[in-house]
Amino acid sequence: MPDTPAPCLLDARQVEIHLQRLCREIVAAFGNNESLALLGIRTRGLYLAERLAVMLQDILQKEILLGALDITLYRDDLSELAGSPIVRPTEIPFTLKDRTVVLVDDVIFTGRTIRAAMDALLDHGRPDRIWLAVLADRGGRQLPIQPDFMGLKLDVPLDRRVSVKVTEIDGIDGVFLEGRG
Amino acid sequence: MTAPRYLFPHRHLLGIQPLSPQDITAILDQASGFEEVCERPEIKIVPALRKRLVVNLFFENSTRTRNSFEIAEKRLSAEIINFDADSSSLSKGETLIDTAMNLQAMHPDLIVMRHSAPGAHALLARHMRASIVNAGDGAHEHPTQALLDAYTLRKRFGQLEGLRIAIVGDIRNSRVVRSNLWLLTKMGAHVTLVGPPTLIPEGIQHSWPNVTISNDLEAILPSQDAVMTLRCQFERGTGAFIPSQGEYARFFQLNAARMKLCKPDVAVLHPGPINRGVEITSEVADGPNSLILSQVTNGVPVRMAVLFLLCNPHGEQVP
Repeated sequence: MPDTPAPCLLDARQVEIHLQRLCREIVAAFGNNESLALLGIRTRGLYLAERLAVMLQDILQKEILLGALDITLYRDDLSELAGSPIVRPTEIPFTLKDRTVVLVDDVIFTGRTIRAAMDALLDHGRPDRIWLAVLADRGGRQLPIQPDFMGLKLDVPLDRRVSVKVTEIDGIDGVFLEGRG
Repeated sequence: MTAPRYLFPHRHLLGIQPLSPQDITAILDQASGFEEVCERPEIKIVPALRKRLVVNLFFENSTRTRNSFEIAEKRLSAEIINFDADSSSLSKGETLIDTAMNLQAMHPDLIVMRHSAPGAHALLARHMRASIVNAGDGAHEHPTQALLDAYTLRKRFGQLEGLRIAIVGDIRNSRVVRSNLWLLTKMGAHVTLVGPPTLIPEGIQHSWPNVTISNDLEAILPSQDAVMTLRCQFERGTGAFIPSQGEYARFFQLNAARMKLCKPDVAVLHPGPINRGVEITSEVADGPNSLILSQVTNGVPVRMAVLFLLCNPHGEQVP
């Protein structure tokens, strides 16, 4: 890795602002919808979903259902991974039937993660509708999948990596541009 | 960036002996992800091994292990061929290697095999491109049984390190014991082998120097966190090493009276099949301390974890 730190696209305060905006957009779309539930995609999408759930609870003054989705077993690139894939539990502590589900992920790139997430989700039940919220859209889609709610919109060359960090596991909040030194 | 990713360094699962503590932990951690899949209310099948071909090659009788592997394979969406040894060419005089080469010619991804000859899997692994999983080879190893025992114990006690575990019975003929000895000692548990001197092979402490040997079950029970009882394998000649089943039971059966000597929360395990009334009474096998059916349940996610790790990127530094 280069010694110089990766350029910072969003610092902790800006991440917070973008999450607040995502939250307001979700409230505007389904503030009164009793069937709303958030489903965070492991690993970092889950931490962002947890924060969104807290923000939504503050605004709506009601409990927001939150689940965790692990997509490892549904990926289409398992044979190309650099390390052994690690399966973690999916936790959906509510029924999906007739639910309005907002999938939450950190970055959308090719769209393949979200394809896998929808396959995984549909094995657990049949929600009424699935929406997608992401902190950053970096472009480069390979599937016809677009976010409904998005924080930062970027057009990043394919050889760069947009990396979201969260304090819970990375010790810092922020969005960084990595690769190509 | 993130720490270097762990890469499961084995192409085959021939036994526990070649695994490092990190490899064992990786399999057990992976299994907890698969446990969630197995406990889903509706669809318990994931596409992780879609379009992979698994051959189940059983040269020895097995119900539990074979069914458990087959359920694990089906839950991973693998394509399955069950090779019936009785009706195979082996009964016509074909060698194991020739049978294997014929299978190889059809390009399976994974072969799960049980065979009566210790080391049959290692022999096969040298001739095959497919990954080999040992589902039991003679009295040598039965690695997935030890892994599911470890998973069951870790789930119950939180960790394996420091646990005191007594393994009671036919140590001589048990491949389960050998795999468990490798696994439990690698993970820092204290193992005591208990049985009549005739059923404990001489020199077993040369291979596992930290293991305690006892011929007095009642003396060691109070200090144990878990007791694993084993069936006397009469089909392998155990009858010649004990005076009678009744005599064996009198000294080594886990029964209600002996349970009173144990810690109140002692875990009782048995790899099955059980001979009720010989090594263990029904009262204990079906009692509140028994984890015997949990072992069976946990066998599926543990085997899913093994199959999944072997079918995905792994190293080939070690067999």
